[in-house]
Amino acid sequence: MQRTVSFTLNGKPVRVTVDDERMLLWVLRNDLGLTGTKFGCGEALCGACTVLVNNEAMRSCVTAVRDVAGKQVLTIEGLSASGKLHPLQDAFVRHHAFQCGYCTPGMILTAYSLLAKKPKPTRAEIVRHMDDNLCRCGSHVRILDAVEDAARTGKGGAR
Amino acid sequence: MKRRDFLKVAGSSGLVVFFTLDPLRADQEPERLPTRAAAAADFNAYLRIGADGRVTCFVGKVELGQGAMTALPMLLAEELDVAFDTIDMVMGDTDLCPYDMGTFGSLCIWQFGPVLRAAGAEARAVLLEMAGEQLQVPVDQLQVKAGVVTAANNASKRVTYAQLVQGKRIERRLPKVPVKPVKAFTIVGKGVVRKDAREKVTGAAKYAGDITLPGMLHARVLRAPAHDAKLEAIDTSAAEKIEGVRVVRDGDLVAVLHERRDVADKALQLVKAKASRPEPAVDDKTIFDHLLKTAPQPRTVAQGGSLEQGEQQAATVIDRTYLNSYVSHAAIETHSATAQIENGKATLWVGTQAPFSVKPAVAQALGFPQQNVRIITPYVGGGFGGKTGAQQAVEAARLAKVVGRPVQAVWDRAEEFFFDTFRPAAVVAIRSGMTGAGKITFWDFRVVGAGDRNAQSFYEVANHRTTSAGGWQGGNPPGMHPFAVGPWRAPSVNTNTFARESHIDVMAASSGLDPVEFRRRNLTDPRMLRVLAAVEKQFGWKPGKAPSGRGVGVSCGIYSGTYAAMMCALAVDKATGRVQVERVALAQDMGVVVNPDGARQQMEGSITMGLGYALTEEVHFKGGEVLERNFDAYELPWFSWLPKIELVLIDNPDLAAQGCGEPPIINIGAVIANAIHDAVGVRLLQLPMTPARIKEALAKG
Repeated sequence: MQRTVSFTLNGKPVRVTVDDERMLLWVLRNDLGLTGTKFGCGEALCGACTVLVNNEAMRSCVTAVRDVAGKQVLTIEGLSASGKLHPLQDAFVRHHAFQCGYCTPGMILTAYSLLAKKPKPTRAEIVRHMDDNLCRCGSHVRILDAVEDAARTGKGGAR
Repeated sequence: MKRRDFLKVAGSSGLVVFFTLDPLRADQEPERLPTRAAAAADFNAYLRIGADGRVTCFVGKVELGQGAMTALPMLLAEELDVAFDTIDMVMGDTDLCPYDMGTFGSLCIWQFGPVLRAAGAEARAVLLEMAGEQLQVPVDQLQVKAGVVTAANNASKRVTYAQLVQGKRIERRLPKVPVKPVKAFTIVGKGVVRKDAREKVTGAAKYAGDITLPGMLHARVLRAPAHDAKLEAIDTSAAEKIEGVRVVRDGDLVAVLHERRDVADKALQLVKAKASRPEPAVDDKTIFDHLLKTAPQPRTVAQGGSLEQGEQQAATVIDRTYLNSYVSHAAIETHSATAQIENGKATLWVGTQAPFSVKPAVAQALGFPQQNVRIITPYVGGGFGGKTGAQQAVEAARLAKVVGRPVQAVWDRAEEFFFDTFRPAAVVAIRSGMTGAGKITFWDFRVVGAGDRNAQSFYEVANHRTTSAGGWQGGNPPGMHPFAVGPWRAPSVNTNTFARESHIDVMAASSGLDPVEFRRRNLTDPRMLRVLAAVEKQFGWKPGKAPSGRGVGVSCGIYSGTYAAMMCALAVDKATGRVQVERVALAQDMGVVVNPDGARQQMEGSITMGLGYALTEEVHFKGGEVLERNFDAYELPWFSWLPKIELVLIDNPDLAAQGCGEPPIINIGAVIANAIHDAVGVRLLQLPMTPARIKEALAKG
């Protein structure tokens, strides 16, 4: 039903008046103009639409907007809001941990949720945590390298 | 040439140098690729030097992830002698960029690179002439670095490219300006940060479905459930009740549109229709017999000696038939287009590998003259050969024309599978013979369905024949392939290499020889011998007769002028049939390496992608109905599949840059099949080598 939903988006309060069963992905993209969060499969199978909700990686294509009411939502646009790249973004640049770039926002935010919980994961833990995100270009090895590097140099998810 | 002919003052503040494409160069394009539109390509602008000294490079190629946005300006910066960071790229814009047939076939560097280098070299020569006149210094006493020309013996005599060209436009050719020798390169071959890096890690990178225009509607098109189905009794009344939904019926095109994509999705679900379709004639089990029955007459690709004589000389004759299924491109970005029509002019943002083919298709659909259609290609979220059509652009354009508002059409995942131009299913039958010493005496290779690229063997065999019937290029008899097929990363070469290199291993095992030694005995091509030796060294190959129980394999192949040899080590879980590839080593000779890190990245990506067609990727179907709708059914490679990847880039500066991103994928099918045989002693003759097929083969023993 049509309702006003308030949440924090990239550090700023937002209010949207929408059918609150609509998925967060489309509210972000079509109502709030944030197109960094990508549509890939629509069924939580690829990870391109991943955002952080209270620091947990969530698939926004299957997350109803009412479920983020009162919560902190972080999209890829919010990660470097100050203009300075987050250590994960910086590591993705240095390792060229992307090709077409379409899965990249979801990859970075999925990795962020790992480092937020576990600042120094092992390689195997990184693999396990990232395993449900798809990349068709085959940037996997560099993504793992970048996450490992960011964990080593970047004080976990903070900064 | 007179100076007044060469300097023409124009209103624009940039220098435009026009270049003619050397007809010889056009002839070197591989056969069977679409040819260049001759009239449109005679003169083309590739670069402009702005008054601020920045260089804008215009190319018809697009950035799919393969790094053309980075490698191409490296070449231009090198020839022009400007800093890499001062080049801005404009790619795949049909109004601004010179004609290009499309971004595929690993051609960006191999075929287009020389064109861009020639443009840069010629521009530099023209600029040096201008500088010589302005500084009153003979050209041979000038030097140029980072866009600044100075007299070699007097540094106070200096002028920048920007100062030279300010407010002027130059139109002339300097014939036969040589490009730089490889040993003089200072930018090519060095590592740079990709030009698309920052935008792609911050979410700022725009793809065709990210374009947002005032008043824009999102469109969902009603689809038949199968390619051979017809829709009848279409009822859109329930959808029309949703506030803000527009329903369009334009001939065969029925669509629902809304300002919010997800509301359009919901509206589409409310559209009711009846589908009628014939009884499915073929499915993914019967397809191979069907292909053999429906294929056209085979064409002889290569022939030499006498197969009969070869068979007489043979101590052993081996017959095998190799199969592979339809495979999807499955880029994570689905086909996307955004269309705007204003004052009789259509502008479209399209995720495409071929903007210059989309343009005439859109013009025809709208009834517009071609000059009134502009295709802009933003970043493309992966292509792999699957984004060469124009359907989503045509649909967006038609709908925009009907509703009088901008329209965005982004396929959902089921549409992406349904309309994909799959890698064709194929049957390869090989009959061959060898002497007791492991020398191949004849080779008879018959491919049906895949296409003939690199079907011909590079092994030294006196008596041979290679035939091909039907393929990805089209021109197949109607109904041979039950749906559209097309180029998939290294088209036809994955199929042909899987069959050839599996068969070579079958022969090696039968001969009792080590598979590397067997290959060496039948090879004379020095480039192939070199990559084979290089991968052997990197991998630490220990000779042995297969099956050795170690799970190691080898495979060799050629594509796009590049030679590739691969080895792998893997483990087979006999209980589950699951394969874990532990190591992949690849040696590749691709001529001069323009961007070594970019090349490594392409090679890693190609290897990782290849694991999918080798192990799991397979399209299931019943007649014209595609059963895979999403990634739960169609399994792509996961992080946990990733082997340790070891790459050897052979230094071959005497050869111009060749293809890079496709050759690494051609060996994966065979190298894994060969290593599975080495591990557990069963030979998989069909791709993909799924756990079910492996268990079945193990059960048969």
